Amino acid sequence: MSFFARFAQNRGALVGLIILLLIIAMAILAPLLFPESPWRMVQRPFLPPLSQDGFPLGTDTMGRNVASGLMHGAWVSLLIGLVSTSVALLIGVPLGAIAGYYGGIIDDVLMRFTEFFQTIPNFALAIVLVAIMQPSITSIVLAIAIVSWPPVARLVRAEFMSLRNREYVEAARLVGQSNTTIILRQILPNTLSPIIVLASLMVATAILLESALSFLGLGDPNVMSWGYMIGAARTVIRQAWWLSFFPGVAILLTVLALNLVGEGLDDALNPKLSRER
Amino acid sequence: MVYARLILMRLFKAVIVLFLIVIFNFLLIQLAPGDPAAILAGEAGAADQEFLNQLRERFGLDQPMYVQLWRYISGIAMLDFGYSYRLGVPVFDLIMDRLPATLLLTGTAFVLSLVLGIVAGSMAAARVKKPSGSLIMALALVFYATPLFWVALMSVMVFSVYLGWLPAYGLYTVGAGHTGFALVLDVVKHLVLPATTLALFFMAIYTRMTRTSMLDAAQQDYVKTARAKGLKPSIIQRRHVLRNALLPIITLAGLQAGQMVGGAILTETVFAWPGIGRLMFEALQQRDYNLLLGIFFFSAALVIVFNIITDLVYSLADPRIKKGAA
Repeated sequence: MSFFARFAQNRGALVGLIILLLIIAMAILAPLLFPESPWRMVQRPFLPPLSQDGFPLGTDTMGRNVASGLMHGAWVSLLIGLVSTSVALLIGVPLGAIAGYYGGIIDDVLMRFTEFFQTIPNFALAIVLVAIMQPSITSIVLAIAIVSWPPVARLVRAEFMSLRNREYVEAARLVGQSNTTIILRQILPNTLSPIIVLASLMVATAILLESALSFLGLGDPNVMSWGYMIGAARTVIRQAWWLSFFPGVAILLTVLALNLVGEGLDDALNPKLSRER
Repeated sequence: MVYARLILMRLFKAVIVLFLIVIFNFLLIQLAPGDPAAILAGEAGAADQEFLNQLRERFGLDQPMYVQLWRYISGIAMLDFGYSYRLGVPVFDLIMDRLPATLLLTGTAFVLSLVLGIVAGSMAAARVKKPSGSLIMALALVFYATPLFWVALMSVMVFSVYLGWLPAYGLYTVGAGHTGFALVLDVVKHLVLPATTLALFFMAIYTRMTRTSMLDAAQQDYVKTARAKGLKPSIIQRRHVLRNALLPIITLAGLQAGQMVGGAILTETVFAWPGIGRLMFEALQQRDYNLLLGIFFFSAALVIVFNIITDLVYSLADPRIKKGAA
């Protein structure tokens, strides 16, 4: 069975993929449909949804267009989710590979280091990091990456430990390949499937983390994000439910879609380990 | 004996981790933008050099770096976390004041999520490939993907604003002067929404974990034996499958402690729950870095204590662990 056929067998994954494509389309179309900055005050504040043409989701406390914010926010969420996951992979994969391949003291030291980061409460650490570095896209990406690399390191380490004594690795060693070559060209390609599955779930978690940070007022002050929209509407929930409702649905759908896609990828990449019994 | 050793080992590890966090905290304070004395003075409206120096001296900011580090470490060793720059109150007192509310909230949410998660997970495991089982798993996935602070806000909107069933803010009704049982009832009413919203996310995790774990346990030989000797399926499910499936869940619950603290920050912010999470949000808004880092240290310490407790529970639940530790 082809890769996509296996993926499509999981109906949830297919639904997830469609939702995800729609959200990507939202992100791409945002600057075309709403060329104006989502921060601009364009109408009177607290306009309910569907009450005026051009403002399908109404306006917020400052008279900004909610629909525009929602679409521009899609771009920010996806960007931060993808970039912070890539940075986390850049930290976690090498650490896990080295620990798993060499073992011994190197493994001990690296794993103590990883455990230390796993003990610290994730979200509290992210808050402290962003607050100290000052909120910006860069600091948010860094903070999310710093709190989310340990599971990557653990996964890659476990994979390397189970693969490092396989025959093809022994063969590569006999031929005289260097450790670096063996790690990069022989073992790493064989660990890609679980890494890809984990990464897709990490993007989802990163989006949740970003929204929570912006909700607390730690978002980049220059970009409109879903978490910020909900945070800014928190105190006016009695007057204007729509201000926090729609961005929340957007986060929920995105995170849900990514999780569904992740499960589908798992089925497609690891056919032996199908979860449904 | 074995337990004493296990506890000692874990405490030793905990002290090292906390020590590293203290150093990490100190480095972060150095990275924090601006001179705290200048920030303080600016806030007080007086910025002359004399006053700045006085402030620096008062908070020890005029000393060389290594002296400051030593002061910081030895201070924390004696539970002195310094002053909240903004409130002029010792950080330790502020945290101690708020800790009970957080413990009440996270404790309730923890028990709630664990119980409901295990029940839902076992139900889903017993109904594999049936629509009802799939429905439970779909719901768990939705709860897992929903931002916590958003559920909190939406539940305020529905249950407090629209239906008017439950209070939306605080720990108890201010000014009502309740005492005794009436006060307890009042607090419970205030606790329902925050604890439930905080529990939902974790309930989703435990549901998924319980299901997987029970399906795994159902494949084991001792279950086949039990079935072969003709035990009733319901007894097999309860006594043989569930009991063994619980072990990985205890481990997972320990690992979730950190997440729980993070969740509490969001829930307490939405519900104005007077715990350390809300305090962290206030510190954040006022850029009160010393208070922020104090809370950070404390939340890490909480997680470590919780992890030690789970380890002990685990070793009680699974006697085999003793051999491993000895």
